[in-house]
Amino acid sequence: MAPARHAWWRDTKWQAVLYQALVLLALAALLAWLGHNAATALARRHVASGFAFLDKTAGFGISQTLIPYSEEASYGRAMLVGLVNTLAVSAVSIVLATLIGFLVGIGRLSGNWLVAKLCTVYVETLRNIPLLLQVVFWYFGVLQALPGPRDSLKLGAWFVLNNRGVYVPELVFAAGSWIVVAALGLGLAAAFGLYRWAQATQLRTGHRPAIWWALPLLILGLPAVATVAAHVPFALSWPALAGFSYDGGLQINPEFAGLCLALSLYTAAYIAEIVRAGLLSVARGQGEAAAALGLKRSLALRLVLVPQAMRVIIPPLASEYLSLTKNSSLAIAIGYSDLVAVFAGTVLTQTGQAIEILMLTMAIYLALSLVTSLAMNLYNRAHAKEGFA
Amino acid sequence: MSGTAFRSPPVHHVGALGWLRANLFSSIANSILTVLILALLAWTIPPLLNWAIFSAVWHGTTRAACSDAAGACWPYIWQRMGQIVYGFYDFDQRWRPDIVYALGAVGLAWLVIPRAPRKGWAGIALLTLYPLVSYVLLSGGWFGLPVVSTERWGGLLLTLVVAAVGIVVSLPLGILLALGRRSELPVVRTLCIVFIEVWRGVPMITVLFIASSMLPLFLPDGLEFDKLVRALIAVALFNAAYMAEVVRAGLQALSRGQREGAAALGLGYWRATGLIVLPQALRIVLPGIVNNMISMFKDTSLVSIIGFFDLLGVIQAGSTDLEWSNPNTAVTGYLFAAAIYWAFCFSMSRYSAKLENDLAAGDRR
Repeated sequence: MAPARHAWWRDTKWQAVLYQALVLLALAALLAWLGHNAATALARRHVASGFAFLDKTAGFGISQTLIPYSEEASYGRAMLVGLVNTLAVSAVSIVLATLIGFLVGIGRLSGNWLVAKLCTVYVETLRNIPLLLQVVFWYFGVLQALPGPRDSLKLGAWFVLNNRGVYVPELVFAAGSWIVVAALGLGLAAAFGLYRWAQATQLRTGHRPAIWWALPLLILGLPAVATVAAHVPFALSWPALAGFSYDGGLQINPEFAGLCLALSLYTAAYIAEIVRAGLLSVARGQGEAAAALGLKRSLALRLVLVPQAMRVIIPPLASEYLSLTKNSSLAIAIGYSDLVAVFAGTVLTQTGQAIEILMLTMAIYLALSLVTSLAMNLYNRAHAKEGFA
Repeated sequence: MSGTAFRSPPVHHVGALGWLRANLFSSIANSILTVLILALLAWTIPPLLNWAIFSAVWHGTTRAACSDAAGACWPYIWQRMGQIVYGFYDFDQRWRPDIVYALGAVGLAWLVIPRAPRKGWAGIALLTLYPLVSYVLLSGGWFGLPVVSTERWGGLLLTLVVAAVGIVVSLPLGILLALGRRSELPVVRTLCIVFIEVWRGVPMITVLFIASSMLPLFLPDGLEFDKLVRALIAVALFNAAYMAEVVRAGLQALSRGQREGAAALGLGYWRATGLIVLPQALRIVLPGIVNNMISMFKDTSLVSIIGFFDLLGVIQAGSTDLEWSNPNTAVTGYLFAAAIYWAFCFSMSRYSAKLENDLAAGDRR
C-alpha cells in the first residue's frame, strides 16, 4: 500500500520556502514604502542626498583637534577629527578602567574586611547610577565648579587644576632626543630578552640566574647614559600662570577629563565584577596548593590565580571595552567633540542630511565592534590552544 | 576528670579583638592597608557629611537661602519636588499619575512578596491591563478626562513610562528575535542576526537620533507620530536586541531533547515552544532579564539628550536655572537624582540576586 499522501502545502519543506518568501516579500514592501516616503520628503524639503557634502567646507571650529584641522577643512575631515577624539578618550578610559577595575575586583576578595567592604560599596554605588548622570556630575558639578586659573588647586608645580582643565608638565623633545628614545627601546628589549633567558634557564635547570641587578641597569642606565651623551636633548615645559590663564605644560581640557573620569570609574565597577567572577572560577585547590607551596598571596595571585582567571576574564572584558567606546558618545551631553557630537550633532544640523550622516556614524561604530570581536576571536583561538582545560 | 585539663578557646579566634586580628591586622601589609584606608575615610567622610548635613541649608523657599551656603541646598529639592516627580504635568490633574504610581507599586509588591497568591494573574495584569489603564489615565481623552499632552510629562513619571514601555515591549520582541536567530529557516535567521547585531553594535544615542531626526522622513505626509512615541519605539527596539541575546542564552542552555520530546508527542513548533521550551528557558535567564531591565532603566536617562525632561532632564534644567544657579545647588540636584536612580537599580539587582539564589536552590536539592 502506498503511504498516505498529503497535499503539497502540508509538506514542511514547501512550508519553509513559502514562509521565507512571504517574509522577504513583506520586508521588500516595507523598504520600498519607506524609501518612497523618504524620497518624496527629501524632494519636498530640497535636502540634497548622497555623500558629496563630505568634501564641502565645514566652517566651524572644534575645541580638541588631535589631527590638523581648521575651519576651512571639509566635513569629512571634521568627521575624522571626531573619530580620533572618540578613540582617544576611549583608549585613555580603557587603560584607567582596567587598572581600577582589577584593583577593585581583587580587593573585593581580599582577606582584609575593610578593603573588601570598601570595594563592594564602590561597585554597588557606581554600577547603579546612570552613566549620563555621572558624566554631567563630574563635568558640571565638579570640574566646572572648580576655581578659576588665578585660584587654581596645585600640587607643587606638577599638577594644576582649575575650571579650564588639568595641567601637567609636558616633555618637549629637541633635536637628538631620538638617541635617548632608541636607548630606552634597546634597554627594554635587552631586559626582556634577559628575563626570558632567566625564565628558560630556571625551567631547564631549576636554578634562576641572579639577574635582578641587571634589569634596572638596562632599562634606566642605558637611557641615562644616552641622555648625558646627547647633552640632555629635552626639557620639561611647566604650566605657568600667564595673565588670566595657564600657559605651557600639557593641558587636558575639562570635557576630556570629565568624560574620561566618568567612563573609567563607571566601567571599572563592571570590570571589577568580571575580575571577581574570573578569580572565583579558578578551582579552590589552585589557591590552596599555591599556599602549600609557600607562595605569598601576591605571588599566588600573579603566578597561579590571575593567569588561569584571565581565560574567563578576557571575553567579557573585551565586550566591556566595546560598550565603553559606545558610551563615549555621551560626550555630546558635555560638549566634548567626539564623533557623535561633531558629526551627528554639528554637521547634521548644518547640512540636514540626517539619513547619510546617521548611517555613516552607525557604520563606523559597527566597524569598531566588528574589529574588536574579530581580535577577540583570534585571541581566544590562540589561548584556547595553550590552555589545558 | 582525669588528665584532660580544661582549656579555654584559643584567644586569637574569638571576640571583637580576635575578629579584628583575623580580618584587619592579619599581617604587616594588611595592617598598613587598614591604617591607610582608615586615614582615607577619616579624610573624606567628615567633609562629605558636613557638606550634605551639618553645613547644608534645610529651610527656606528662595535662592537667597542658599546664596552663601557652604553645603547642600535642600530647599531647592523641596521647591522642585513636584517637577521631579511629575514633570510639567498639569497641577490639578496630578491625581492621575498618583493612581498610576499606586497601582504599579501594588502590582510590583504582589509579584515580589513570596507568599502572595495568584502571581501568574498579577504578572499578566501588570503586563497587559496595567499599561492600558496607565495610558488612559495619563494621556486622557477618554471618560471625560482632559487631555494632557506628552510634552508635559516629565520627571520620574517620564523615566518610569519609558522604562516600563521599554520592558513590556522589548521582552516579547526579544523572545521572537531569539527564536528567529535559532530558527532553521535561513532567511529568518539571517534577518534576526543582522537586526540584533546592528542594534547591539551602535550607541543608544544614535538610535535616539534616528527616532528624533530620521524617522519623520520615512513616514508619509500626514502620518505624524508623537515625539515621545518615536523615542519609545527606539528604546524598545534597541533593548529588544539585548533582550534577545539574554533569551538566546536560555534557549541554548536547554537540552535538545526537550524540543525533540515535544515533537515526539506530536506538538508543532509553536506549541512546543510555548508549552515546553520557553517556560524552561525563561526561568533559567530570569536573573539576566532583570539585569537587562536595570541597564534599560539607567539608559532611559539618555532621552534627556534629545530634549525630554525626564528625571535627569528636570534636574539638568534646574541646575542651569538662574533662579537657583549655584554650584552647591547643582550638585545637590545630581546627588538627589543619583539617590533615586540608585534606589530603583539597587533594589532590582537585589531582587535579581535573590532570584538567582532561589533558582540555584532547586538545582542544589
